[in-house]
Amino acid sequence: MTNESVAKAPKSTAPSAPGEALQARETRLFSLDGKPVAFTSGQTILEAATAAGRYIPHLCAHPDFPPHSSCKLCVVKANGRYLSACSTRAREGLEVESNTPELNGRRRTLLQMIFVEGNHYCPGCEKSGFCDLQALAYQLEMQNPHFSHFWPDRTVDASHPDVFIDFNRCIFCELCVRASRDVDGKHIFALTGRGIKKHLCINSRTGKLGDTDFSAADRAANICPVGAILKKHVGFSTPIGKRTYDATPISVVSLASLEASK
Amino acid sequence: MHEKERAPTPEQAARHAITRYHHDPSCLVQILHDVQDALGWLPPPALTAIAETLGISRAHVEGVAGFYSFFHLEPVGQYRIFFSDNITDRMLGAPKLMAMMCRILNVEPGHRSADGAVTVGTTSCTGMCDQGPALLVNGFPVTRLTQERIREICNLIAARAPVKEWPKEFFLVENNIQRSDQLLKFRLDPGSALKAAVAKGRDGLLAEIHQSNLRGRGGAGFTTATKWEAAKKAPGPERFVVCNADEGEPGTFKDRVLLTSYADHVIEGMTLCAYAIGAQRGFIYLRYEYRYLVPHLEAVLRQRRTLGLLGKNILRQADFDFDVEIRLGAGAYVCGEETALIESLEGKRGTPRIRPPFPVTCGYMGKPTVVNNVETLAKTCLVLAESADEFAATGTPQSSGTKLLSISGDCARPGIYEYPFGIGIAQILEDCGASNVQAVQVGGASGTCLAPYEFHRRIAFENVSTAGSFMIFGINRDMFEVARNFVHFFAHESCGFCTPCRVGTSLLKNLMDKMHNNKGANYDLSEIERLTDILKTSSHCGLGLSAGNPVITTMSKFTDVYVKRLQPFEFEPEFDLDKALARARQITHRDDTEAHFQDEREILS
Ligand SMILES: Cc1cc2nc3c(=O)[nH]c(=O)nc-3n(C[C@H](O)[C@H](O)[C@H](O)COP(=O)(O)O)c2cc1C
Ligand code: SF4
Ligand code: SF4
Ligand code: FES
Repeated sequence: MTNESVAKAPKSTAPSAPGEALQARETRLFSLDGKPVAFTSGQTILEAATAAGRYIPHLCAHPDFPPHSSCKLCVVKANGRYLSACSTRAREGLEVESNTPELNGRRRTLLQMIFVEGNHYCPGCEKSGFCDLQALAYQLEMQNPHFSHFWPDRTVDASHPDVFIDFNRCIFCELCVRASRDVDGKHIFALTGRGIKKHLCINSRTGKLGDTDFSAADRAANICPVGAILKKHVGFSTPIGKRTYDATPISVVSLASLEASK
Repeated sequence: MHEKERAPTPEQAARHAITRYHHDPSCLVQILHDVQDALGWLPPPALTAIAETLGISRAHVEGVAGFYSFFHLEPVGQYRIFFSDNITDRMLGAPKLMAMMCRILNVEPGHRSADGAVTVGTTSCTGMCDQGPALLVNGFPVTRLTQERIREICNLIAARAPVKEWPKEFFLVENNIQRSDQLLKFRLDPGSALKAAVAKGRDGLLAEIHQSNLRGRGGAGFTTATKWEAAKKAPGPERFVVCNADEGEPGTFKDRVLLTSYADHVIEGMTLCAYAIGAQRGFIYLRYEYRYLVPHLEAVLRQRRTLGLLGKNILRQADFDFDVEIRLGAGAYVCGEETALIESLEGKRGTPRIRPPFPVTCGYMGKPTVVNNVETLAKTCLVLAESADEFAATGTPQSSGTKLLSISGDCARPGIYEYPFGIGIAQILEDCGASNVQAVQVGGASGTCLAPYEFHRRIAFENVSTAGSFMIFGINRDMFEVARNFVHFFAHESCGFCTPCRVGTSLLKNLMDKMHNNKGANYDLSEIERLTDILKTSSHCGLGLSAGNPVITTMSKFTDVYVKRLQPFEFEPEFDLDKALARARQITHRDDTEAHFQDEREILS
């Protein structure tokens, strides 16, 4: 926990095991839903699948950051065991199941859990159409929240001139925490509380974003996968129908954006 | 702590604590303890002062402080009283005693009294199940509560008597050793196991541990020698030994007894490990509930330093330096999970890490670290000072040696029982004087519930595996309420990192409460299945993976207690109109029949 700033985000790989580097050169394969996927040493199942143009649903994973492995949307079954594809390294001969009714059913349940623990009113949310959570709900055909809503008492922080935070929508992926700490070198965010009472807190005496040196240009201001951290002055700039996920499902967008960043 | 002295300012308290811990941010949990001791709670200026003096982010300090149950970010009473809320305490009448105390002191459960003197609440199992009901007052355990004792406590509080001056017998914690075997009969001459090890050399020591076939007593049953070897082989100049004394599993208290009367065994075991793997620093991660043991453990450590069994050149060996520090937890069951424990040791929130890598290659500060249970470490001395072959010959082929069981609940003689592995459940029940037994919960809340038709089974890794908790339920107990207590425990203790456990344990708790309130219907049983399935298949750590166990096992073995609670409908909404009107009643100061909503079905019937 130091305050030094790191210019570049750490590379996204699962922590390494000794001896792996020796075998790095050869092409190795595992199977995903019965079809082979090539991987290189150190790649996670999710990274290898994505590089091969195969989609595994995920929410807290981000190509510029090490795996977080908290949302569990990427749950797969490998050689009979349940694993997180984002944080498990690919291994030769692994037989991974992902796109099955069983696993998609579980993913739907996880999404429903995320929806009911927060307050998500998609029709009124500026992120609608750009939101990964909403897009995944469409992708996985989530029809309703299923569980009783928790209706938690959360607030909005509009104290900053250019950015506001709607805590009602936070899904605890810690991307803002990690981006602010590891890329911006500012440590603006942290999680506090425990269990279902866990929540985001802000690095100032008042707990207000306006009392920090946060800037709309920070990586942390541009990374939230949902509508929790939003820019002011630009609301609803893209009409319905033209937003990222309106016409194209997240499975396609996610693979295409990785292709574009290469 | 400082009831009579003038309280320091938050800045003074922060500076004092941080100096004591050499400005080391990895000691944040310890620093927070010191500051809270000085101020009574952790007010916002204290968090700011800690962050600024340590040069770390305030949000990080707030994040850590907010994680642990015993850190108070809101004002609390000068007397902080927490009743142990394990099912065994409840069976001994804890809820009634707590209600009584709240009535006398005129305080709402979970809140601070109007005069600011006292806070009364509940806490997860405090490890005093054999002498409950129990509570903690300002961190010190009071055992064997009765109505009379509650009245005395209330009088002492009314008189503002400092806790230090309360009668000593309130704080008496007994060992209650009921059956001794290999370990509990073994009197260690401090240093003798270590001498035997040094004579054999590092590889010889590892070979002995291998030979004994010793497996971890903390739950998972991993082979100890394999763990030590992996840490020894892992690259890097620095290594660590951690003694897991977090003992948070409801119904377990055997590590408390070992730390009380066999501390030399435990610390010598840590030193053996240090010798084997080449570690120079060790930590005892002690749960906050056992804080009263710190002076005793410090004394044992000092004595061992004097004897040359800790410190530089142990036993005059040129390359054998090792010392042990005590680190206090702050109320988080998940910190018993070894990677969460390491995070906490590093001064962070107790969130389990992604595994692999495992601690043996990447543990404390990213360095090779062995984490072993208290009992495992004590047993390594036995292997060295006596004989590995004898150890291996005890128990069963896959489970060598003995196991300490913490027995509580409905029996005549609760306490510690040491048995060779392979002991049958029925024999245990006979020995502790349990009759008319309806069920036994083995392995704590995360373990299994056994019904009488399974009492022929045996305690062993390959049969009924347990870290030592053994809770007995007589024929009159309601097994649904047992399961509900465990579900509440998991919802309270979930660290909140992963979706299935964070949300799933709360949803499960709501469902169990709904059934408890006789609002459950058939549909809720399938909902329970849905939730336990998601916990079991997608949780990030052992806590979430096993959080559904108490419900799964009681539902399959004691189906009646669930079914009898169900309404004769397929579906009953969770929304309770009458409950929703409670706030309106409070505002209008009404509680008459007219102010209550009556279910139309009730009217019809
Ligand atoms: C939620 C959870 C709580 C745990 N609590 C404890 C504990 O209190 N004490 C303990 O020794 N092990 C506990 N464990 C097991 C540890 O992770 C670890 O396996 C153990 O300390 C290893 O020591 P051993 O090999 O000597 O058994 C816990 C595991 C989980 C998942
Ligand atoms: S605010 Fe957004 S980026 Fe930050 S933790 Fe919440 S959901 Fe993730
Ligand atoms: S299973 Fe529960 S305790 Fe474990 S990481 Fe997930 S939320 Fe935390
Ligand atoms: S994407 Fe793998 S756990 Fe979130």
